[in-house]
Order: sequence, then C-alpha cells, then structure tokens
Amino acid sequence: MELTRRDAAAALAAIGATGGVALGVRRAADERSGGPGGEEVDPAWDGEGLPGDEAVRTAMTAVARTVYPDAVSGIDAFVEAFLDGRLDGSPHGEGIRAAVAEAESAARSWYDAPIADLPPADRDELLRELGADVAGENPGGTTAERVRYYVVNELLLALYSSPTGGELVGIENPQGHPGGAESYRRGPR
Amino acid sequence: MSGAESVGDERSAADIDRTPVPDADVCVVGAGPAGALVADRLAGDREVVILDAGPRFDPADRLARQERAIRPSYGRPDVWGVGGARDAHENAGDRSYPLNHARVKGVGGSTLHWQGMVMRLHEDDFNSGTARGVGPDWPIDYADLRPYYAEAEKELGVAGASDNPYAPPREEPHPMPAFEPSYSDSLFAEACEELGIDMHSVPNARNSEPYDDRSPCVGYGTCQPVCPSGAKYDATVHVERAEAAGATVIDRAPVERLEHDGDDRVTAAVYATPDGERHRQEADAFVVAAGGVETPRLLLMSASDRYPDGLANGSGHVGEFFMDHLFAGAGGTLDEPTRQNHVGFYTSACDQFYDEADAEQAPFKLEFFNYAGPSPVEMALTGDDWGDALLDRLRDGYGDHVAMGGLVEQLPDAESRVTLADDRTDDRGNPVPRIEWTVGDRALDTIERANEIQVSILEELGADVEWVAGPDATGPAYHHMGTTRMSDDPDSGVVDADCRTHDLDNCWIASSSVFPTSGAMNPTLTIAALALRVGDDVASWLAGGS
Repeated sequence: MELTRRDAAAALAAIGATGGVALGVRRAADERSGGPGGEEVDPAWDGEGLPGDEAVRTAMTAVARTVYPDAVSGIDAFVEAFLDGRLDGSPHGEGIRAAVAEAESAARSWYDAPIADLPPADRDELLRELGADVAGENPGGTTAERVRYYVVNELLLALYSSPTGGELVGIENPQGHPGGAESYRRGPR
Repeated sequence: MSGAESVGDERSAADIDRTPVPDADVCVVGAGPAGALVADRLAGDREVVILDAGPRFDPADRLARQERAIRPSYGRPDVWGVGGARDAHENAGDRSYPLNHARVKGVGGSTLHWQGMVMRLHEDDFNSGTARGVGPDWPIDYADLRPYYAEAEKELGVAGASDNPYAPPREEPHPMPAFEPSYSDSLFAEACEELGIDMHSVPNARNSEPYDDRSPCVGYGTCQPVCPSGAKYDATVHVERAEAAGATVIDRAPVERLEHDGDDRVTAAVYATPDGERHRQEADAFVVAAGGVETPRLLLMSASDRYPDGLANGSGHVGEFFMDHLFAGAGGTLDEPTRQNHVGFYTSACDQFYDEADAEQAPFKLEFFNYAGPSPVEMALTGDDWGDALLDRLRDGYGDHVAMGGLVEQLPDAESRVTLADDRTDDRGNPVPRIEWTVGDRALDTIERANEIQVSILEELGADVEWVAGPDATGPAYHHMGTTRMSDDPDSGVVDADCRTHDLDNCWIASSSVFPTSGAMNPTLTIAALALRVGDDVASWLAGGS
C-alpha cells in the first residue's frame, strides 16, 4: 500500500502543522536553521552539533523503513513531506532535531556509520539498544524516552493517523484524521 | 507551530487589562456554558463582565491539544491544562472523585472537553418525589422549562430527530437533522429487535450540517476531549457573541470571595489576577456559574460575620447533595468487523427503561457506542514492537469490538457533599474543595439492572462479552450536580425556582448545582435552558421587576 503526499498532508492536518509550509517545497532557509540556541548547522552534517533539516530527513526516513511495516511503500516522499510541516522552528521541531542528533551519535559511536547507512537489522538493533522499544514516550525524559517520542512515535503517529496507514489496520478514517462523517456508517468492504 | 508541546502558555503573564469594569450591571462568575449564555442574553442591553479562573485558550492550539489527546505521554487533564496547585482538591468520601479529569477551567469551561450529548430531562425527573416516591420534586415542571429547552437547542445547535417514543413532548423539530445510525448500530438493531428493545437517535450538540457559521462534523474522532473543527458546540461560541455585543471577559481571574452589604445584596466579586493583585468587580446583579464544585466552594469561601456558614447558606445546604451520573457498561468482541472509532460520538440509544423508575429502581438510559475497543493510532504509540509485528498487533487489537454504555441516576444525599478543606490551600492561598462522594444502593442496584440488559443484547448479538462495568467498577460521568439545590422552601434549598438565592436579592446561580435531582440524562441542555431562564429573570429584575 503506497503512502502518498496526500497521506502526509492528512497526517499534518491531523496532528497540527501551521505556518503555511507548502508540501514538497523545501524552504531555502532549511539548512541555515539552527537549534534553539542558534547553533550553526551543517548541511553536510558530520555528527557534531545539531543536524540540519536534510540530515534529519535522511535519518528519519531511514528509521521509518525500520518502524513501518513492509506493506507500505512511498516512505521517503511521505516522511519528507511530513517533516516539511513539523520542522517549522517550533519547540517540537527542535525536539526532533535534538533526538535525531542523539540517535545519530549513538549510531556513529556504536556502529561507525550514520543511521541511513546501517543495514536494516542494525538500525533495528540500534533503536532497541537506545531503549526506544521499551521506553514510554516523554518529550522531557531520558534519551530513550525522547527518541521514542520525537523519532519512533513521531513516525508512527504520522503513519497511523493517515488514511493509508489507517487502512492497513482496517480504518480509513483513523482518529486524528478529518476523514468526514460518513465512513462510520459504512460496512466493511 | 506544530507538536503537542507547542500549545501556548496561557498562564504566563500577559499585557492584558484585567482591572474591573466600571458601572457594570451584571457580573457573571464563570465562562462555561451557563455563564456564557447568561452573558450573551444580557450583553445587548446591559454592561456585563465575565470573570473566569482559567485562561482564554488560543483556537490555533486545538490540533496540538488533539495530539495531546492521542499521545500517551499526556494525561487527560493535560489536554486543557488542568491540574497543579490552582486545581488542587481533596477526596474524603467512599469513592475517589477524579475532579481534574472532570472539568476544564477557562473560557468555554467544560464544554471544551465534553462529548456534546444534549437530552432533555423527562417529565418525571422534575417530580421525582411525587412520581417515583424518592427525592424532592423540583419547584418547576417540564412545562416551565420546555420553551427554554427549545431555545437552548437552537443556541447550542442540536442535531436530532423525533423518532424517540420515550422522549418528553417537544413542539418542533431539532435545528439540524440527526446523525445517521452507524454501521455498528445496524448490528445492534437486529439483536434489539429480537429482544423487543427499541433503538432511536440521540441529540448531539454537534453540527450534522453547517450551522451558526460553524463547520459540520469532519470526523476527527476526538470529540472528547477536543474538537479541532468547531463542529461540536462549546461555550466560546456564546462568550464571543457576548463580547461582540459589548461584554467584557477577564480571564485568569479566580473569584475568591463575594462581598455583601447589610441589605442582603452582593456588592462585589473579589478576584485575583496573574500579577498577584486583587480587584473588586462591583455590579448590580451577580450570576454565579462556576459549576457544581466551584460554585459551593465560592459561597463557602464568602463567609462573613453576617453569614458565618457561607453566603446564601441560610439553609445549611450549600455543598450538600453532590451528585453525578453513574456509568454502567459492557462490551466484548464479535467475529466480524464492527467499524469502530471513526467518530467520537454515539448515534443510537435506548430510553425504553427510563420511566420504569420508582423508589427502588433509578431512571437509566442505554447507549450504543461507536468507539468500542482501542483506537489503532493510540495503540501504535505504546508497546515494544514496530514494523510488521506492530501492524499484526494493531490488526489483532482493532476491528471487532462492540460496547454499550449507560447512565444511572444517583439520589441526592446530604452526606455526599463539597466542603472546604481544613488545611490545604490552592495557589492563591484559598482552601481547596473537599469532595465526599457517596453512592446509594438504588443507583448500584440499577447499574446491575442496566448491565443485565446490556449483556443480554451483546449475547443476542453473538458477542463474546469481555467486560462489564458494574457496581464495583462504575465511575462518574463528570456531571457535577446538586450542591446548591433549588427549592421553594428557604430551609430546604439554596436557590428559589428562578435560581435566585433565597438569602441575597441580587444573586443567581446558573449551574447544574441547582438540580434537586439529577435524572439520568446528560445535564448540559438543562443547564443551558436554566441559564437562558436566569438571563430573563435577571433582565426583568434589572428593569425594575421583583
């Protein structure tokens, strides 16, 4: 089942992104944006400091390939479009950036490679070694809890509040998605 | 700004004028549905000021609040910023009462998180003593409130139909057509037909079509605790309308005391502001509309030499007879899809057994849920799996649930009450409310009766019944009622039939706190009808009536 930009738009509409971000249109300022403290970020990120938007997208897309089921395709475009709406300078967007930095740091330290270059089994293992599988999400918690909140659950929230993600489970209008007031009346297809 | 943690900090100091309004005619305490409707009723002709303890929420934050409702990191009180020292309270009764799950403080009040079900009370609910042999009669009848019910339905915007043979008489259709039955309603219908149990529509304060410049429901599915589309009515509608007509709203201004003169008139509401200052809002008339807990708390905190037991408490009943509706429910799974959790409201109910009520059996109603079982997106955010394993778990967990709910009346009991804590104070140094919530045998026995019917329907449906919320597992429906009861007799109640306090000439109470008995219907439509009636009475009094 293919995820589309429409799914990303739906997920953003569901969980909130404002500010007029046009999906698929990268902001010229992306790579100049920094962390909350105005820290400089480098588009060709080497693992030091905070990653720029492109590096965040690359890492998140790689994680999505681990936490999304095999049944979905179109992950890259979906995640990138979704993050266009989330990396908006908000505290949440900066939380994503910081959590990705921690996960990347662990990947480079433990596996000598960025997340995107890890084989699938190592990516899965990395997330588990970080504790993101058993941690409860918490935006102000431990590294495991923040990676769970800003990375793993961020991606799962995007998927399963979208029509295509919901449909995988049998609900084309999942909670959080404004899919109209008709689907509840329809029987199973 | 996106993200659940990106909601505005309404409690931060802001450069807003929170000084009293000069020459106010009416001061309303509380910007929930009752206060908002009273204010809107009067603002066109009178200088009205509304004081609310909570903030004015930014409508732009609603999606972030929805994200809070879905994400497991946030508890229900976090969605609207309830809790902390401001909202501290004590429990001392047989049953713990989860007060901060049961209310929202701020402009819009608890309608910000309510589900939006709006039934009229039945005729016998107003005459429980006479018709059922228990509890007091109200000093007003259904006929007194009937025109106000119709008006309240228009004000809130109610989608409903006239297919309920058990509903009290009505004079005209609802303002909007009812929401159509759900797919799972159709499954229940076959079982109910076999058992001779009637199903019918339910009135929703939720737009089934565009109404009052608000969107129709778009199916976000998070009605309770937040509707991002505005299709569900909340009291910001009437607060904004009142402001457009000239009313002034002062938020984050908890009223700590009502002052009075020697002629049994309230003279001022003393309120605090975020800068630590205290102010006096004077007015000719005062309407306390702070809900079933904060209303008695304010009256008790306003004790004076003249009224040592609290303001308007000549009867001694302020705070007594605290009631809520009791939940009765049952659910399970079928061996077929049931299509749940597309919307967050229900579309069919059964009032067939309501008027069987007598001294032993309480009135109760039954509800057919459209949100049985887990929501897949919420399930996805917990657990230690992802990828295909997570999808398998979601598919196993979602899709075949069915459930029924129901509400049961609780009789008024003086021992079930709200008082002031002896030695615990809130963020302003004021005593916090102390809740002693007790539930009698009539309600508990009736929960069992409701459970029997629910289980029989589920079994007829072929469900594997997996849970029953009976007398031991029941909880409150978050409807605070009874703590300033209405009575013609000043010794038996706090307010008279017009909801004006017996003891003070210029003070009304607009709230479910005036209900002498609770019935088993969700209270907000009755709160709204009474508030409109209070508005008329205050207008008449200000115009020189008695």
